[in-house]
Amino acid sequence: MHALETAHSLGAQYADVRVVNHREESISVKDGIVEALDSSETEGVGVRVLVNGAWGFASSRELTNQAVDHITDQAVEIAHASGIVSGEKVDLGPKVTSQGTYHTPVEIDPFNVPLEDKLALLLKADAEMGTEKGVRTRRANATSLKEHKYFANSDGAFTEQTIIETGGGIGATAVGGSEIQARSYPNAFGRQQVTGGWEAMLSWDLPGNAQRIASEAVALLTADPCPSNITTSLILGGSQLALQVHESCGHPTELDRVYGSEAAYAGTSFLTTEKLDKFNYGSPAVNLTADSIRPLGLGTFGWDDEGVPAQSAPLVKDGLFVGYLMSRETASKLGRYSNGCMRASGWNRIPIIRMVNVSLEPGTWKFDDLIADTDDGIYMESNRSWSIDDKRYNFQFGTEIGYEIKNGKMGRLLRNCTYTGITPEFWNSCDAVCNADSWVMWGTPNCGKGQPAQIAHTGHGAAPARFRNVKVGVLK
Amino acid sequence: MIEEKEARKICEGVLARCKGNQAEVTLQSGEESLTRFANNIIHQNVAESDAQVTLRFFIDQQSGTASTNRTDKPGLDQLVERARNNAKTSPPDPNYPGLPEPAKYQRVAAWDSSTAGYSAEKRARAVGAVCQMAVEQGLNASGAFTTGSGALVVANSQGVFAYHSQTSADFQTVVMGEDSSGRAQASSWNADELDIEALGREAIDTTLKGRNPRKIEPGEYTVIFEHYVTEDLLSSLNFYGMGAQSLQEGRSWMVERIGKQVMSPSISIWDDGLDIKGAPLPFDYEGVPKQRVDIVKQGVVMGPVYDRYSGAKMGKPSTGHATPISFRGFGPIAMNLFMATGEMTVQDMIASTKRGLYINRFWYTRLVHPRDCVITGMTRDGVFMIEDGEVSFPVKNLRYTMPYVQALANVEAVGKSSHLLIGEFGGTGTRVPALKINAFNFTGSTV
Repeated sequence: MHALETAHSLGAQYADVRVVNHREESISVKDGIVEALDSSETEGVGVRVLVNGAWGFASSRELTNQAVDHITDQAVEIAHASGIVSGEKVDLGPKVTSQGTYHTPVEIDPFNVPLEDKLALLLKADAEMGTEKGVRTRRANATSLKEHKYFANSDGAFTEQTIIETGGGIGATAVGGSEIQARSYPNAFGRQQVTGGWEAMLSWDLPGNAQRIASEAVALLTADPCPSNITTSLILGGSQLALQVHESCGHPTELDRVYGSEAAYAGTSFLTTEKLDKFNYGSPAVNLTADSIRPLGLGTFGWDDEGVPAQSAPLVKDGLFVGYLMSRETASKLGRYSNGCMRASGWNRIPIIRMVNVSLEPGTWKFDDLIADTDDGIYMESNRSWSIDDKRYNFQFGTEIGYEIKNGKMGRLLRNCTYTGITPEFWNSCDAVCNADSWVMWGTPNCGKGQPAQIAHTGHGAAPARFRNVKVGVLK
Repeated sequence: MIEEKEARKICEGVLARCKGNQAEVTLQSGEESLTRFANNIIHQNVAESDAQVTLRFFIDQQSGTASTNRTDKPGLDQLVERARNNAKTSPPDPNYPGLPEPAKYQRVAAWDSSTAGYSAEKRARAVGAVCQMAVEQGLNASGAFTTGSGALVVANSQGVFAYHSQTSADFQTVVMGEDSSGRAQASSWNADELDIEALGREAIDTTLKGRNPRKIEPGEYTVIFEHYVTEDLLSSLNFYGMGAQSLQEGRSWMVERIGKQVMSPSISIWDDGLDIKGAPLPFDYEGVPKQRVDIVKQGVVMGPVYDRYSGAKMGKPSTGHATPISFRGFGPIAMNLFMATGEMTVQDMIASTKRGLYINRFWYTRLVHPRDCVITGMTRDGVFMIEDGEVSFPVKNLRYTMPYVQALANVEAVGKSSHLLIGEFGGTGTRVPALKINAFNFTGSTV
């Protein structure tokens, strides 16, 4: 409140302040040895002000009144500098006056689990992977995160939130001749992550899946390569589809990209505003939702970093593009209301539009029926490589593992699988999405955007889905 | 930023709390300000001040780490307690090589007072000049201008105390027209060395020349890469294989290639933490003095960079390339890379090309397969067809999929000037020239 009063006295017509304490514990085991056991803590305060319609922001690790006075002064001075090269005055739309507290629901607080128990679980998973001869490198890791945050703004909002996340995973890498192959579980890039407690880690049963993924890594060394440059039916597993949603739906629906705010860095978007409510983003089987309320999602919270309450909104309905991820400022420009997508990665960063939980809604197919219904195609799972252009149009992804599908049955194992496409063509070729039985809320704890760089944690619910006439096998 | 005297006091205070045990303290502090612009206006404008203390605590071969940005007494007490608890819980690591002993550190010039005190108004005026030039051409400028100052301290219980302060500045802009764009960037530890108006003109010029791009068929082309693309080649080869750990894990492109000629004889790559033409840092995050390391010499692969852990495994001394604790699992990497220059200007390269492509920048480049460092990505912000020694028309963006090792084997010519670019990852500096490369593989195009 001190910062808000100071900002007002210095001429700010709007101000908000966040005080954040962020704790993280990470454990990493490699080849039976504890590679890292780390506890980190960072805290500080960030003040954002709007002066004469231009933004300024300053932050400090010092939580004294003196430091807050200093950064509020600094933020106002920076806002005046922004005014030197300014355009239309910023309009934030209706006032946001949220009040309350939010706490991630957990059964087992991960910070109350003895370190010995966490290590024992990882070492057991590591040992299980070690039973498979031919594995060159084994990794197992666990992450626990707790962020406590106060938010207040000059409209009258005041909220307090505690977000808890639990993450973990295992990986096995096999090397033979000139080939190198890796398998991960439950998700690629080290770990699956959710908002929730240690119960999530236990549910993944890392030791119970360790031997399987180690065997798969070794088997991939001698598997047939993915057929080269052919067009076929593609069925994507849930975690790969989650990343596909993230890159080709989540990012292009960020309204700051559409308005050019990220043009120099993350890029823009092909989903320009004249397409809203008119453009067939996908087939009728495609329904995409942005929400910040679903259990386990890394985009689940009480309020965003502008104090807008958590909510759910469609982005694509029966294939039609109907919504964006928005802030107060961009929503106002579009003539809509913010759907609460402003998130900052820490006390020292401004909130920018980020994905919350952007999910592909479940369809009607049972997974086994979908395979049985496919005469000729490839099943791909677990991301290994991802690249997409600055408008989110042209993409190419690679997966850790693939299987040929022939006459309705999963066949031979395939290595070095890749596929490529153009976003709306790809989603319009989707003719089947699996049902809620195989729908999982996946976590992406490594989404980069903004300058200075910010890493966001986003959620993506997805079940396997089928896409027709996709180009696969682009390696060199 | 925490000055040397105060930094020493904090580090000694932490080490005193660890008495009887080996311990290592890293203190990173600094201020950074960034003015961001888009649609020819400043839309984000920020400043931050932070300091992070990281402690590695050892009980014989057991180790635990902790970090905090609280440097008051309770904050540091808790830091030591958390690191001690982590060490107690962690099983012994038989490969632990111990902490380094004190060494002599060469002080390198990387500090400019004017850069440290660069004001928001000064950044805004510079940005405003670029925006004005874009407006005059009916174009849309965006980008970021960053200035900052910081200090790194590494101290340990064996008597190591290493302190390095530096300033930094980076300007980058993307200018967009209706169907074209251009980009320019420069980095330095001295903000006054950045010719921001020239960078703006460069991006505007590329944008104007790029109007009405044509779609071409993907396939193999001779390419002339601006130094921005060379930086991507070098950074990818660095992250995916210049460190000893990646070699030990069998995922480096160097595997079975050390001592062999695998790149063009015109390619030489080295890391030199003391060279002020880059982003110098005289010691690494373990307090080991930086050694100059030849990584590729006239096309022959010489070997990786080491930290103490990966070096001990291979019977080699550290070359001073340990990363911060939070990235240590990734292994050592080169942090101040250089590529040798050649004889040709970009214009010479264009004039010598019968048919090929000039490419300003790569975008969203990702590893497809590690052993040959196969990378896929997109072109962005300026692609032009070259025919009969001249730029003939602008081209729509293309996707490529290409082994980077092979790309550097196919180098026909190297640019005569080099440029410094500072990456986002830990301030890694890369000074690189333009390149002319034959048979570069494009696998797709935009609609």
